[in-house]
Amino acid sequence: MSETTATSTNGRTGTSYDAIVVGGGHNGLTNAAYLSKAGLRVLVLEQRHLVGGAAITEELRPGFNFTTFSYALSLLRPEIVHELNLVQHGFMPLMMPGDFHPTGDGDYLLFGDDDDQNVEMIRRHSPRDADAYGRYNHDLDKVIETIQPLFDNPPPNIFGGNTGRDPDDQADIAWLLKHLGSVDRKTMHDTVRMLTGSAADLLDDYFEYEPLKGYLASSSSIGNRIGPMAGGSGLVLLYHKMGEHDGHLGSWSFHKGGNGGFTQVLARAAQSFGAEIELNAHVDHVLTRDGKAIGVVLADGTELTAPIVVSALDARRTFLDLVDPRELPDDLVDNVRRTRYRGTSSKVNFALDGMPEFPGLKGAAPFGGFLNIGPTMEYLERAYDAAKYGWYSDRPFIDGALQSVIDPDMAPPGKHVLSCFVQHAPYQLKGPHGPVDWETERENWADKAQAVLEEHFPGFGKLVLQREVVLPTDIEAKTGLTEGNIFAGEFLAPQMYFFRPAPGYSQYATPIDGYYQCGSGTHPGGCVIGSPGRFASQRILRDQEQRG
Amino acid sequence: MIRTTPFHERLTELNDQQLYTHWSGYLSALRFSHAPKHEYFAVRNAVGIFDTSPLFKYRITGPEALDFLSGVVVRDLSVLRPGRAAYTLWCDDRGFVMEDGVVFMQSDNELLMTAARPLLSWLTSHEHGRRVVVEDVTDDYAMLAVQGLRSRDVLAGLVPEVTELPYFGQAEGKLASVPVTVSRTGFTGDLGFELMVAAADALTVLDAVLEAGAPHLMRPFGEEALMTLRIEAGLPLTGVEWHDSRTAWTDHDRVTPKELGQGWMLKGVRDGSRRFIGSEAIRRELVDGTSRWATTGIVVDWQAWNRLHRDNGELPTFDEQALGWEQWLRTEDDTQVGYVTSFCYSPVLQRHIGIARVRPELATAGTTLHMETTLHHSTHMVAVETTSMPFFNPARKTAK
Repeated sequence: MSETTATSTNGRTGTSYDAIVVGGGHNGLTNAAYLSKAGLRVLVLEQRHLVGGAAITEELRPGFNFTTFSYALSLLRPEIVHELNLVQHGFMPLMMPGDFHPTGDGDYLLFGDDDDQNVEMIRRHSPRDADAYGRYNHDLDKVIETIQPLFDNPPPNIFGGNTGRDPDDQADIAWLLKHLGSVDRKTMHDTVRMLTGSAADLLDDYFEYEPLKGYLASSSSIGNRIGPMAGGSGLVLLYHKMGEHDGHLGSWSFHKGGNGGFTQVLARAAQSFGAEIELNAHVDHVLTRDGKAIGVVLADGTELTAPIVVSALDARRTFLDLVDPRELPDDLVDNVRRTRYRGTSSKVNFALDGMPEFPGLKGAAPFGGFLNIGPTMEYLERAYDAAKYGWYSDRPFIDGALQSVIDPDMAPPGKHVLSCFVQHAPYQLKGPHGPVDWETERENWADKAQAVLEEHFPGFGKLVLQREVVLPTDIEAKTGLTEGNIFAGEFLAPQMYFFRPAPGYSQYATPIDGYYQCGSGTHPGGCVIGSPGRFASQRILRDQEQRG
Repeated sequence: MIRTTPFHERLTELNDQQLYTHWSGYLSALRFSHAPKHEYFAVRNAVGIFDTSPLFKYRITGPEALDFLSGVVVRDLSVLRPGRAAYTLWCDDRGFVMEDGVVFMQSDNELLMTAARPLLSWLTSHEHGRRVVVEDVTDDYAMLAVQGLRSRDVLAGLVPEVTELPYFGQAEGKLASVPVTVSRTGFTGDLGFELMVAAADALTVLDAVLEAGAPHLMRPFGEEALMTLRIEAGLPLTGVEWHDSRTAWTDHDRVTPKELGQGWMLKGVRDGSRRFIGSEAIRRELVDGTSRWATTGIVVDWQAWNRLHRDNGELPTFDEQALGWEQWLRTEDDTQVGYVTSFCYSPVLQRHIGIARVRPELATAGTTLHMETTLHHSTHMVAVETTSMPFFNPARKTAK
């Protein structure tokens, strides 16, 4: 495992660079790799002792590797794999074996790569839903076909009036209108329903079997402070469905050695192009002069200079912490201030002495990969209810990945690691008498998660060798993601695309000359997609070229 | 009546699909689980086992065994030593490839050779009075390929000989008290080994391997996964890349070793210092430059692939299962200059790859060509680039 958890850095060799990237998460590394490839002398500054940001793998117990935060790859764009030669550096996207969804009544749904078998799995419970499933997937695929090109391009600048517009912007807008104009009316209607409506409304139109709806609705609340019955949950569902493994939409992959394995690959790629990476380097602020970025100052007072500074942090850090907001336009500062983060995702990761057993499956358990515990939409909605009022779920919803069934590097032989997103755990706990410190509730919360697992996999507790509890407060403290929001800004329509991170500032530049943004808080982040880092590099290089 | 291999009884218990094809009269699993890609990744990131028992096997013994075989097959066997193995082709007298296989040298007087098609009469017809005995021992042995990243870890505790085995080395050992021949060979382009065991002992060996492999997430893999693996490895497959020249109807289905991309085997042919069946025809081909084709890898321009599908209202497809038909290669001016014999999406490279045959002057790596593909029941072209093979070539394959 040393290969993927090793601290990957060649250190800093100077104090003056062409570009400094603040934050060694996957987007920062991607950005640095592209800039280095283009010939710039680039330094990545990472505050922690390892690169990866929220995409790391840590060996918390000998032989057991935990994907502390993010746990799967799905949206990573293939162009990044190709353009950065990631295969040479060990890129290995394993396919997760399937999704296992206990239905709450002792039965289960088990989905894999064979669509016919999936349909048969559904027909066992509901003949009516069996063919609805094909229709649902097809309709969603059509919506994705509509949306996906928007993810493969930076958002056009639609603001600023119709006269005197930059010809590039004009061309981008023309492209967008032409693309949307080619979409048939049903697909366009479905698209708007998904972007604005609830997952529940959508799923009710297709299905009758509640556990199937529960299974499909689970991805409408992952990572977001939302339940499937609320408007806006459709967007979250759509985002997750866009994830793919080799073109199989909704199918996610797992990088060898976890997402930490992936970011180590990225770091090696960036270094191969000449990028330098300095660890344990906390950037205090960005240096500016006359409205231009000129470098950064580290927490220890070290000054490093570069005419280009790229922030891979979220918008709040980028605009309110790293620079003086007084240097920025009010509308940007206002929008950044009111961007919703409100993380409610917690991770509870387990080292297990063996495979959990599901009583409804006789003999060898064919499940593995993703475990989805949120039997029905009502269960998911109730798991969210308490968060509205500042408290955590009594019976949380769990989206787990049993990664050791496909990657022997993750756990010792015969043992397993189970990496679970557990929701909802609001960043700010509020009891009847005011704010409550999460530390007093940390283990109680993890006990709730474990109790849910015990309910579906009797004897689960006896398998637990170690448990890691990662609260939204931990996510914030370790990765810098504001309020522990895993997407670097909630997935809400007014915080997406043209408006990500703020209206008029979605094209990776900032009002400070030479200061750029490339984190997951820019389009098309979050998730481990890499495109913000790539698009930002394109913007930077184009600006360089125009400057001559 | 279709036959089953000595491993079948156990492997079929592990097969939840029961999808088989026929291989030389035996049932051969297409896949063991719902997605062959899991089996593919087992090899690339863990370990997989594949039942290669249907290969034909010939034992060649006698003081002139090596001399005899050297005059028959294409590869220079004079450098072969006991404990080593060599991949080779053999040709007809016109220098066209018949089949391929691996020659294992067990001692100075004993060789064992695998072959994809029956070969006994052809071999014996070329003995010409040499002191050699050729026997068909196909049914005597079962063969199990143990392939992938952790194959050595799995076998090390069972047959310690594997730890020292060089690439294409072989050794005699005991596995679960059963005599086996273990060789560092395979068809996956990865670190891997093959075990040869008496048919009667096959299950004993398989059970021991399964038990040792379980903690390493070992999986049996079928022909579908093997196809992706061997295309990534750039390994030609009989019946796909070429036709046995004895049964081909026309020369269009025949290839020479050089045309097949196996020119590296032809040391000593051009200067006439080495003779084997077909060598004179091959010598003339080399001297006169009459090769019709060169074999090359191709990679598809992924952006062109995506654009082609999206512009036609389709989501791009990324299917790791090899196509069952050829696709033509054309130049910009629409001249057909080659054809793709094997084509699939490579999950580890994240792009479509293929083994192709092109006019020799176009085989230089980096040449842009256009491949025909069908979409909406009509022909479309997509840009490809020629490249050297293997496509995926981990250092562990040959490393000590």
